[in-house]
Amino acid sequence: MSAVVNPLQGQAQADLVAFMSRSISDASLRKQHRLDQLFRHATRLFAFLVLALLAGILIALLVGSLSSMRTFGFGFFVSAEWNPVTEQFGALVPIVGTLTTSAIALLIGIPVSFGIALFLTELSPKWLRRPLGTAIELLAAIPSIIYGMWGLFVFAPVFASHVQPFLNSTLGAVPIVGVLFQGPPMGIGVLTAGIILAIMVIPFIASVTRDVFEIVPAVLKESAYALGSTTWEVVWHVVLPYTKVGVVGGIMLGLGRALGETMAVTFVIGNAHRLSASLMEPGNSIASALANEFTEAVGDLYLSALIELGLVLFFITFVVLALSKLLLLRLARREGRMT
Amino acid sequence: MDLYTRRLLINRFNLVVSLLTMLFGLFWLGWILFTLFKAGLGGLSAKLFLEMTPPPGSDGGLLNAIMGSLLMGAAGTLLGTPVGIMAGIYLAEFGNRGWLAPVTRFISDILLSAPSIVVGLFIYEAYVVRVGHFSGWAGAFALALIVVPVVIRTTENMLRLVPDSLREAAAALGAPQWKVIVLVTVRAAKAGIITGILLAIARISGETAPLLFTALNNQFWTSNMNAPMANLPVVIFQFAMSPYEDWHKLAWAGALLITLSVLALNVFARVFFRSRTATY
Amino acid sequence: MNAAVLQPVEQALTQKIQVKDLNFYYGKFQALKSINLSIPERKVTAFIGPSGCGKSTLLRTFNRMYALYPNQEAKGEILLDGENILGPNQDLNRLRAKVGMVFQKPTPFPMSIHDNIAFGVQLYESLSPREMDERVEWALTKAAMWDEARTKLKQSGMALSGGQQQRLCIARAVAVKPEVLLLDEPTSALDPISTAKIEELISELKSEYTIAIVTHNMQQAARVSDYTAYMYLGELIEFAATDELFLKPRRKETEDYITGRFG
Repeated sequence: MSAVVNPLQGQAQADLVAFMSRSISDASLRKQHRLDQLFRHATRLFAFLVLALLAGILIALLVGSLSSMRTFGFGFFVSAEWNPVTEQFGALVPIVGTLTTSAIALLIGIPVSFGIALFLTELSPKWLRRPLGTAIELLAAIPSIIYGMWGLFVFAPVFASHVQPFLNSTLGAVPIVGVLFQGPPMGIGVLTAGIILAIMVIPFIASVTRDVFEIVPAVLKESAYALGSTTWEVVWHVVLPYTKVGVVGGIMLGLGRALGETMAVTFVIGNAHRLSASLMEPGNSIASALANEFTEAVGDLYLSALIELGLVLFFITFVVLALSKLLLLRLARREGRMT
Repeated sequence: MDLYTRRLLINRFNLVVSLLTMLFGLFWLGWILFTLFKAGLGGLSAKLFLEMTPPPGSDGGLLNAIMGSLLMGAAGTLLGTPVGIMAGIYLAEFGNRGWLAPVTRFISDILLSAPSIVVGLFIYEAYVVRVGHFSGWAGAFALALIVVPVVIRTTENMLRLVPDSLREAAAALGAPQWKVIVLVTVRAAKAGIITGILLAIARISGETAPLLFTALNNQFWTSNMNAPMANLPVVIFQFAMSPYEDWHKLAWAGALLITLSVLALNVFARVFFRSRTATY
Repeated sequence: MNAAVLQPVEQALTQKIQVKDLNFYYGKFQALKSINLSIPERKVTAFIGPSGCGKSTLLRTFNRMYALYPNQEAKGEILLDGENILGPNQDLNRLRAKVGMVFQKPTPFPMSIHDNIAFGVQLYESLSPREMDERVEWALTKAAMWDEARTKLKQSGMALSGGQQQRLCIARAVAVKPEVLLLDEPTSALDPISTAKIEELISELKSEYTIAIVTHNMQQAARVSDYTAYMYLGELIEFAATDELFLKPRRKETEDYITGRFG
């Protein structure tokens, strides 16, 4: 240690010097530095593990789909054929089913979620906010298998007897679009699956939307009100644009869930490997095909085709989620705010 | 009509619609819970917890399924939590330099929302195929993979909430960085991190898809994690899709059981968090 | 800034900390410009100036707190007892054993009062439980908190009032027996009574420790400090004995600030 220049107090200073040179030895400082390194490397290792996991998933899926990819090539994506006996497999039906059900889920879910968020932040009396918010979040906590069972045993019959005939006769009669709604009222099918997905997706989008609505600074809304705007105008013209980054994030989250949802869809989609123009007909989604057929699949090619389906699903979800993150980053940067 | 009246009408209309959407949401929640209770409550008896899953046509319980779910859930949580916490610490405390942290965060978020059936496929390809058979361990691994991104996200968020001044105060005393993190920062975020783990447990309690081709199912009692293991979600799936009435009843009872556990965990996690969180 | 204007200090006083040509950057932004000053030993030196003038930044260079953050950089020399602490070989933990810091917001650790104080001490010394208890009592006494805290030692540090928490932080800093105490606006989050108690504490502590205090409250600077430095926009404008600076400031900028013409 350097010499301490101090003409004052002998004993206190001497104590200090003795204490300093006794207790902070170089060796103990070195040991602390080593422990610091060790700790940092350990946490780093686990972060790498996460990367390794993703790589592992991709590799495992790729390897598993190899024989299917080699046999069917790109035709896999455009063929609606699915015949385990002749070993002809095509992903078109499940892919279309996945995309359609998710689209229905979003079409219904986004406006409803927006309405719920609006209600929770602007209309609801203060004392109701927490319980109502919790109720919506409970919808998200209900496991998907319950949605499936409820969908099959309770919702589908009601849908078949009361709603579908109605849709058939009203929307079904509209030219062009009507084709979507024509068909026997079986209760199960693509439309039912889409509706149930919508219900599952609403709590996700609504919670995120409500959260971002809540952090809009009061002064911003007050400035709009001060100009004489109505509540609706404030929300539509001020709150929504201010929070669009977060809202888009919430929607993407919901979409991600809808694309991958297995159990709820499996119960009600009908598991039919055929493409039909009507939403009321049964169909298939990638997740439901996997859930239904994987454990009974015989033959390497069959299994491989199913795994390739899984790869496609993972790829679609990955792209959607990655795009949404990039979009959020870009929007946030442009507005000079990091979310 | 003039512009002003029209604006008022639009406002009123939209606010009414918003109320309707709220009721819409509550309607489904109510209907589902009502159905669940109505169909499942009757099946909730002591027998549920004492007997094994029966073959069709006879009476029984869900004991082996419940045991299996508990075992695999515990194993999955124990495997996934340390990984999640360590990675979360890396992201929050060491993450401001370099490329590893943003990439890890990105990937963890994707895994968080990835289809759980794909996780099951991965474990099937990477483990089940290699070992040659389905097993409770495979199911546990799949569940662990679902736990990890949840715990990473909550750990990182909770650590970030700890104010820098606390870290600086510890550093100002001369504490080495690992002590600052372990003894001060993590400790300050303890309640939040535990809540995250509870939420992860709630999440995996209801997961069916990842167990479909990993743990498979087992009609009988087994505590051998190396063999196919019964579990509640897959049993419910199998029973519900079957044509047998008594299996249906058991399925509803099981569904009610899972839902009650998940809801209880969620509520408990919330209450726990609120009671332990210090305000800085 | 021209050093000639700035050092009225009597030669007999030892300079504990000497700052030579210090420049500080947050990324590309230069927050401190060519700072030159000396902090005398066992005296209280106050740093005043409007928001953003760099006083906290300067304080935080003395224990290299900025090293926790990637984009912050200091260039120049800071000599603590003649050794340059900005040098690459400076061990940070050892530096912080000598130079303690108390922050604006009270920061009790999430542990008992006893453990809060023991935390720092355990970094450097292995004391028996009884020795540790004695040290804890000593530190709390130094912080004028022993009477209030003696029955609550096992309670969480966060259960104290704001003023008590801040005195706990002072006790914690003092417990490791540093030579210098850096106080970064220590009373700005506290009520007037706690503030008065802490100011009293500062005048007691200065007989043993060199104290540097940043404050946005000029009256506080006038009350507690022996020397005052006025800073503006990253530059040191004037440094003098407190009485001189407040009664007969040499620079017009200083006078404008003190008389409240701005800031």
